[in-house]
Amino acid sequence: MTANRAQQAPAASRPHPADGDGKPAAVPARRAAAVRRIRPGRAIAVATAVLVLALIAGVSVGPAGLSLPTVAQALATRLPWHPAMPVPSIDVAIVWQVRLPRVVLGALVGAMLAGSGAAYQGVFRNPLADPYLLGVAAGGGLGATLIIVTGVNPALLPPAAFAGAIGAVALTYFLGASAGRSGTPGTGASAAVVLAGVAVAALLTAVQTYLQQQHAPDLPVVYTWILGGLSLASWSDIGLVLPYMMVAAGLLLAHRRLLDVLRVGEVEAASLGVDVGWLRLTVVAAATLGAASAVAVSGLIGFVGIIVPHTVRLTAGASYRVVLPVSMIGGAAFLVLADIAARTAQSPAEVPIGVITAMVGAPFFLFVLRSRRASQDLA
Amino acid sequence: MIGIERVRVSYGQALALAGVSEQVAAGEWLAVIGPNGAGKSTLLRCVASLARHDGQVTVAGRRVAGLSRRQLAKLVAYVPQSPVLPPEMTAGDYVLLGRTAHIGYLRMETAADRRICGELLDRLQLTAMADRALGTLSGGESQRLVLARALAQEAPVLVLDEPTSALDLGRRVEALELIDEVRRERSLTVLSAVHDLTLAGQFADRLLLLASGRVSAAGPARVVLRTDVLEPVFGPGVEVLTDSAGTPVVISQRRSRAVTPPAPTPPVLTPPVPTPPAPGR
Repeated sequence: MTANRAQQAPAASRPHPADGDGKPAAVPARRAAAVRRIRPGRAIAVATAVLVLALIAGVSVGPAGLSLPTVAQALATRLPWHPAMPVPSIDVAIVWQVRLPRVVLGALVGAMLAGSGAAYQGVFRNPLADPYLLGVAAGGGLGATLIIVTGVNPALLPPAAFAGAIGAVALTYFLGASAGRSGTPGTGASAAVVLAGVAVAALLTAVQTYLQQQHAPDLPVVYTWILGGLSLASWSDIGLVLPYMMVAAGLLLAHRRLLDVLRVGEVEAASLGVDVGWLRLTVVAAATLGAASAVAVSGLIGFVGIIVPHTVRLTAGASYRVVLPVSMIGGAAFLVLADIAARTAQSPAEVPIGVITAMVGAPFFLFVLRSRRASQDLA
Repeated sequence: MIGIERVRVSYGQALALAGVSEQVAAGEWLAVIGPNGAGKSTLLRCVASLARHDGQVTVAGRRVAGLSRRQLAKLVAYVPQSPVLPPEMTAGDYVLLGRTAHIGYLRMETAADRRICGELLDRLQLTAMADRALGTLSGGESQRLVLARALAQEAPVLVLDEPTSALDLGRRVEALELIDEVRRERSLTVLSAVHDLTLAGQFADRLLLLASGRVSAAGPARVVLRTDVLEPVFGPGVEVLTDSAGTPVVISQRRSRAVTPPAPTPPVLTPPVPTPPAPGR
């Protein structure tokens, strides 16, 4: 209380702006309350709790039927200074080489897809935007198909899918940004970029379809890749994409306030002092980096990038200070849970994870959508 | 404060502004008037550097086209005719958007930004709304809030496109009085498009009458708001009522085509309905 009074003193002694005409400065009777800060803490805590439970469930569930204590002991064996534990090395291998990389990769992919979906929706102010909007899926699919049908080293598949995805978005952006020139300097290219994405995706998908039809024996492999999945997850995959994902997540989170400014539209954001063209380019680049990294190691997993951010908006708030971090954490949890369903529903066979995300995610999303007012802004 | 020199804007073939020149002195309120499509909004957008134009617009001696968005937003606060109000955003967060130009690219709002916006909400009697979502505010509250956001930019020039278009008659005067008060408090220069000639004449220091992208007349209300000046632009039937000092007070327009009144129909007689006795009396 005393500290508060001390801070108030200089403010009160300053002349009031209303008294420019020489009258003695009036001391304000009370001080106006500062505008409150958006606090995403509670939503982040809830999402993190769900993620932790999902991660525990993810490492504990599997066809090997390991008990929870066994899993815990197997996990502990790799910790420094762990007590001696009688865990069979096969169990340690199952936990550390099969389940853990899969769960961690699932979490990373889910976080990237949901985070970049949220960012695309914000930067294009379009509730239907998803990480594949500008050609990530078509480009990644073409890159992967090229590697599969030419029969070169399969280790090149993730880099090829990554390069295809990035290349497709770069092409889309170049075409769209050069075509879309509005009366307002620096704004207005968004619609042209989205339309260019449609054209580029159609073109690349056509090439990819042609390639796979020409190499019919490879069809099942291509098809499996396109459906997406985490069954081949390894620590080396994680090592490969983690740096890009960290950069993408960091950049997106750093732009959360500016994405909030963009909620009033490109023209008003420009009048408020935002270089809209630069902001759009940076956010699209970061979101594409994240989505392309996810596609490179998991194929095309749909719905996560649309359903998770909207569920967050409808339940926790529409500010990007909430939507971006909570979507990333929630997307991680959602994909880990979906993967548990994918590998247990028809064990030992696997259901494609994209089927699970759509079958579980779509009805859940409809439920959330129905339970809220229709007037809410979704982008 | 604002210098407009031979500003020309064309949208494709259509010429929106055909070489407009005008000066606005510091602390002055210039109202741009004219019929729909005269180029009022386009001229305002040029001053906010939101429209590509030929010619030159300067604010505080600097060419707006050569300034970065951030530099310009510190000089000019622009409010469009229909601002986007994200229905989920709170009023407090909306006013904070006005601080954008004062916050580093990837930085967050400081305590000082929050205090400035809190004081503005207080000044515009919006403190009670601070935590309300924009979708729940009335037209008058929204209008004050948009003004608060513009003031949060702390720019010396306020550019307002039809600041009262969404308001009913009483709220219009209230809104313009508020703009007049804050511009005097903060010695702001105001450039506004105003549809209502009566209000424009009452509040602005000077009027700029545009017609088909050209300046048709400029000067104080007494000079511009005259039948012989307005009729060529707005069409026949313009009436200007002045007070005893010759200041225009009401500008109206008679319907130009005479319409024969319909033949009077005999009133329909209805039997009086007995009013039921009020309960409890």
